[in-house]
Order: sequence, then C-alpha cells, then structure tokens
Amino acid sequence: MVGSIKKPSYKKNLIFFLNLVVLLVLQPNLPIRNLRFWLPSVIIIITIVSWIIIRDKVRFNTLSIVKPISAIAATYLLLIIVTKFGIFNNLYNQLKIINLLIFFGILFLLITLNLITANGSRANYWIFVIIILFVFLKTPQLSLMISKGLRTITDQSVELATHLDISWLGFSYIAFRLIHTLREHEKGALPDVDLVEYFNYVTFFPTMVAGPIDRFDHFQKSFQNPDNHHNMRIIYSGQRISIGLFKKFVVADLLSLIALNEVNASQIHSSIWMWISVYAYAFLIFFDFSGYTDIAIGMACLLGIEIPENFSHPYAKKNLTLFWNSWHMTLTQFFRTYYFNPLARYLRTGKRKWSVWLIILTTQISTMVLIGFWHGIIINFVLWGLWHGIGLFIQNRWSNSLGASIEKKFTSKLSNLLINGVNIFLTFNFVSVGWVFFVLPNVQSSISVLKVLVGAG
Amino acid sequence: MDDKNKLDLKEQVNILKMAFKVIILLVIIIAISPLVNSLGKASLYNLIFNGRLRLPFGENSSLSYNLTLNNLDAMFASHIINGQEKRDDEYRIIVIGDSSTWGILLHPDQTLPALIDKGLSLCQGKSVKVFNLGYPTLSLTKDVLIMAFAMEYEPDLVIWPLTLESFPLDKQTSNPLIENNMDRIRSLNKKFGLITDLGEPPTNLERYLKNNLISKRKEYADLIRLQFLGAMWSATGIDQVYPGEYSKAKNDLDDSMEFHGFNSANDLENNLAFYAIDNMKKIIGSTPIIIINEPILVSDGLNHEIRYNFYYPIWAYDLYQTNLKTYLDERGWNFLDLWDIVPRNEFTNSAIHLSPTGETIYSNEVINYIQESICYEK
Repeated sequence: MVGSIKKPSYKKNLIFFLNLVVLLVLQPNLPIRNLRFWLPSVIIIITIVSWIIIRDKVRFNTLSIVKPISAIAATYLLLIIVTKFGIFNNLYNQLKIINLLIFFGILFLLITLNLITANGSRANYWIFVIIILFVFLKTPQLSLMISKGLRTITDQSVELATHLDISWLGFSYIAFRLIHTLREHEKGALPDVDLVEYFNYVTFFPTMVAGPIDRFDHFQKSFQNPDNHHNMRIIYSGQRISIGLFKKFVVADLLSLIALNEVNASQIHSSIWMWISVYAYAFLIFFDFSGYTDIAIGMACLLGIEIPENFSHPYAKKNLTLFWNSWHMTLTQFFRTYYFNPLARYLRTGKRKWSVWLIILTTQISTMVLIGFWHGIIINFVLWGLWHGIGLFIQNRWSNSLGASIEKKFTSKLSNLLINGVNIFLTFNFVSVGWVFFVLPNVQSSISVLKVLVGAG
Repeated sequence: MDDKNKLDLKEQVNILKMAFKVIILLVIIIAISPLVNSLGKASLYNLIFNGRLRLPFGENSSLSYNLTLNNLDAMFASHIINGQEKRDDEYRIIVIGDSSTWGILLHPDQTLPALIDKGLSLCQGKSVKVFNLGYPTLSLTKDVLIMAFAMEYEPDLVIWPLTLESFPLDKQTSNPLIENNMDRIRSLNKKFGLITDLGEPPTNLERYLKNNLISKRKEYADLIRLQFLGAMWSATGIDQVYPGEYSKAKNDLDDSMEFHGFNSANDLENNLAFYAIDNMKKIIGSTPIIIINEPILVSDGLNHEIRYNFYYPIWAYDLYQTNLKTYLDERGWNFLDLWDIVPRNEFTNSAIHLSPTGETIYSNEVINYIQESICYEK
C-alpha cells in the first residue's frame, strides 16, 4: 500500500511513477495516428514548463530537473517494451522512435528557453497559452480545424475529421491546476515545490478525469502528513470507493435508461414523462459525478492523500447560491477565486462607478457563462450559464428579501419547515430545468423540451 | 482546507457499526435468496407503466427501451396480457411464434396480431382481443414453453405461425430462453408427458452453482433494468430500434444444397421436431389452434432454381411443406399454408420478416380464414 510508506520521498517517487503510467496508458486510442502518444506527452511538456516558471530560482539546480526527466524517459521505454509483450494492447505499437526524439527535443528546447530568458514574470503569458489551448479544445469548430490539420500532417483522410478526434483525457482539470499554481505564484503565495511534487499535484491520477480540484498548499500538506491511521484509512477508502461504485455503476447507470438525452428528447410528447426524464437526468448527473468523486477521494485516501469534497447534498439546498456552494464545490471555488472576486473588486474600485445591481448582474452572469464555456464552447452551455447567472441575480436581488419577509410573517416551526420545503423544491426544479440546456446539443431541441414540459409541445 | 474540515478518520470509521451493517446485509441476502426466483412476478408494468404489447426483447436498451431477459415470469408480468382480466364477452386470441410474429422492424401496431385485432372485431358473438406473444427465437419448443405460460390467460384461440427453420432438433433447446428454463420444461414434460430430449438433469450442486445470487446477478440487474425501461416504453411507445437503413434480405443466393448439414430427405425427416406440434396440442388441450406455414421470401436472384432463400434449399422446404400438411391433415387440425402469399419486395431484413404492406397482405388471409373456419363455425 502506497499510503503506508513512511518515507515521504519514496511515496512521492512511487506516486510520480503511477501518475505517469496512468496519464500515458489511460489516454484512449484516437483515430489520428500517434495522438495517443502526443496528447499526454504535451501535458508532460506543459507541466514541466509551468514548473520552470514557478520554481524557486535560488534553490534550483540542474539535477532537480534531470532526474525526473530521466524517469519520464525510462517510463516511456518501459511502456514501449511492455507493449511489445502485448500488455497495454496497442499502446505504442505504431509509435516510431522519431516521435520520442521530437518530444524530448521540444522539451529540451522549451526548458532551455525558459531557463535562459530574462527573469521577468512569464506566468501570465503561459496562462494565456493554456487558455488558448483550452478554447481550441472546447470549441467544436476549432477542434475540427486541429483535427484536419493533424490529419494532413499524418497523411490521413481529412474528410473523416470530426471534433471528437481530439479527446484529451484529463486536460480540463490539469489546466485548472496549472492556472491555479501559476496565479498563486504571481501573487507570491505558492510554497516552494520540486518538479516531482508539482507533477504529482497537476496529474494526480485519482482526480485527473473528474476532479476535485485541490489547492496546491493543501495537497502538499496532505502529502507530507504522516499516516497515523493506516488501517482506518484502508477501511474508509473501501467505504468511499464502494459507495462511489454503487452510485456510478448501479444508480447512475439505471437512471441513464430513462434520463433526458438527445435521442429521447424528440420521442417524449407527454409533459409528465418529460418531467420524469428531466428529473432522472438531474439525479443521473449527480450520482455519476459524485460517484466519481467518492472513488477519487477513496483512491487518494488509499495513497495517504486527503483531497477535498466536491458535493454536499446540493439538491437539498434552499436557494441557488447554496446549491452552487455545494455542487462541484472545488470548481466553484476556483472561479470565485480567480474570476468572480477579482472582477467584482475591479468593478467596485475602478474609475467608473458601477451601481451595485449592475456589478452583481455582470459578475454573476459572466462567471456562470464562463463555467458553461468550461464544459464546451457551444450556445447551449452559454444558455445554461445564463440561466444560472440570471437565477443567482434574481435570488440575490429579490427572492432573499422576499423570503426573509415571508419567514418573518410565519414564525411557527411547521410553517418554517413548509417554507424550507417549498424553497428546496423550487431550487431543485430551477436547477433541473437548467439541465435541459446542458444535456441537449442545440437550442431547438431544448426549446422543444421546454414546450413539452409546460404542456405546449 | 481548514483544520476543522480535515478528515477525521476516527469519526468517519466506526468498525463496529460497519461490521453490523455487513451482517445485516448478509442476513437480508440470505433471507431473500429463496424468494429471488419469483421476483420476476413483481412488476411495475400494468400498474404504473403501460403493459408491453410484445414480450421484452432487444439489444440496445438505451435506444430500444427494451432488453432481452430469460425470466419468463418477468417477461409475462411486463406484457399487457398480464394486466387485462378476461371479460365474459371477450374472444381472446393469442398469437405465438418467432420474430415474424413479434415484428422485427415493425411498430407494435403493424404486426400480425395487431392487424388481426384491428381487422376482426367480433368472433362467435364476442368482442375479439388479440395478444402478441411471439418471441424472436426460432424453436418450436420455445413456442411450447411460452404457450404453457400463456394458458393461464385463457385463450379462446391460438394462432401459431411457424417455419422450417424452427424444426431442426438442434434448434429446440439451444437458445438462451430454453437453456435458462430447463427446470420448467422438465416439469412440463412430467405434467403433460411431453416428448422433449433435455439430457440429464443437473445435480443439486450444479443447480446451486447456477442459481445463487452471485451467478444470477445479471438476471436480477436485468429485472430492475426492465422496470426502468417501462418508463421509457410508456413515455414513447418505442420497443425496438428502427434503423433508417438496413441490409435487405439476400436475393442472390449461395449454391449450397444443404439444410442444417442435411443433404438427403431421410436425414432431414429424421431430424425435424414434429413432436413439438403434438406437445403443443397437449399443452393447449381443447383450445382451438390454427397452424400457419408463414410467408417466406421466394427469391428470383442467383441460384433461385435450387434455393428459395437464404434459409431454404428448395428440396428441403418442399419436403417439409408436404410433411407438415400430411401431419396436420392426419390429425384434422386447422392449417393455413401462406408460404408464397407475400411478394418478394415486401420482405425486409430477412427471408421471414415482412414490411407493413406485406404484413397487411398476410393478416388479411389470416383474418379471412379465422372468419370462415372459426368465427362462423357454429
């Protein structure tokens, strides 16, 4: 058990190796030649360059980068050898050695460039590069363009290109962690970190695919904490993983049979059944996602690392703000820290005086639209973001005060219970209707579903 | 993360509490084990969800809102027939058979049973109600098994379309529905004196290994899936995938003269399960039955002079047809031979699957026969 290893450096190196293997092996096969090799390799390059930018320049020595890169080279070699023996079927069967040489060439070039260029801060430029990459990945038209470009380079049919050709495992969450460390570095709040530790944080395999997004300082502290309750940790991990597996593979999979999707959206014509399928989707996405989170938390705990919770009974919350404080919490915290708060501060203290309601409207809507964009740059995610942004604004401006005056009028326990129930019901339904935009691929089908929901379909 | 939010393992892990939960779970599992075999009878169909118009069958559950399972209790519990008490003024017709009866690529209202239901309102002064209990497997023994279950629903008439492909001995028990219901067939054998070669019964150990909670986990999961799919069936009325395009039944044929490895009339006659027809008669007792030689594609393409279609060389089919007629005539049973009634362009993806038009031509013949032979009989 990795979690039981007492010596931190052993644990660190072993997790480094595990992360590397999972990163390289889990990337699914893609129709574009060698992309399965290149996508995780680009993550490795971006992570190393990010570390060079945030490294402690005083304590930096060449060995601190040579050792991990040698380990990366050895891991590639190991995977190429095991592929020859039929393990990890088809992983690097088609890989030509020139790809590895290009990879290490690019890595060497970028490291050298970053080491020898001026000491001025490059973090913001690097964040910009990561965001641009992100935009290309999340915009179907741009992904299609990349696919066509790559197919031209690899001499494959351009006609067969689709935006799904570029399915980059884990990049969404890895990008968040990179941006977090780069921003904290800019603020001078990032603790000293070596490359292996940094790589472990960015690519930590239990959280690579679906979060949660831990803060670096918390991750580092947890990594360094001695494991005093090893046996209990194993039991707790077993519990969390079992619960996660049950949520994901029993509850969510069953709900997926009746949940709203692109196909059944046009087949259901009765309002009641449509509501049932919308509710089923609301619970499906919760059980699926929180199940993944349970598995991630359990696996991390097995490795002796504590990662934050991501859900806290979100559908039992009595308003939208509380919902967002308990749904995908680490994502919300990220956007609050790096977008909402700075923007609100800027609008409040800038030269131009903004009215309070306009500040709230702007910050809330733009934050939620940005969260929508994170899921994909298509109109339906914008509508989903707008739905929640407007909902949060309305709640902030009116429903809070309305709710307070109602609560004042009805003071008995029973009436409070009733009011809470109504609030939870309304919030849940608001969120559920929002999922219609989230799950469907276009505006037309979303409107059709909304019409059926209100009995006008 | 604040220290107050730190994971307190001592608080999270209560070994005693966990051990207690595990024991309770084990007790529940042991307690419900004997009940599990009859769990299929518990169903939300006909209660919350609409009963299905055909027995559950399907591969792509997320698109067809249907699935294949081998629990006959659950299959019947999900069917509309299970939710409809027979009225005194009802003339109940049950149609059994293979995929042609079930209606591959046909909507529930385009199948033979549905068209008979539409076209025949009265029989013997009673209001006609027709149920589709076809199941897409080619085996006469499977039809006997299904009919044994269906007798509980008091049919006034049984219609049994069949084809040569359901007759070979090796097709009788080599399908999942039969393999998973061997014990039921054995008890039918005992009760009705049926002739079915099922081999040696399993030992108690084999039976236990096959029927415990672990080995039957997929079956139990399917029971739950079937209930969930009931919501989508009720919401959409869809119970199979209707592809926009499909491969049409082959018209150009191989030059093989073999049928299931048989090359001579003698071999073929010795390997067809005509006994299953007698078994059926024992099961249904005095209930009238119409046996139909169902329509097949008669090819005009390559090698059409030696084969009718993908399934049948001409010699084998002609021999079967003659023998079937003789067999049924000898017993004086209702027989309708409609083998060439449907034009070849009205077949869809197989030599026995019909288009809606083909199904209408077919059903009109059946309706006429029922009216003439059964309804106006008295």
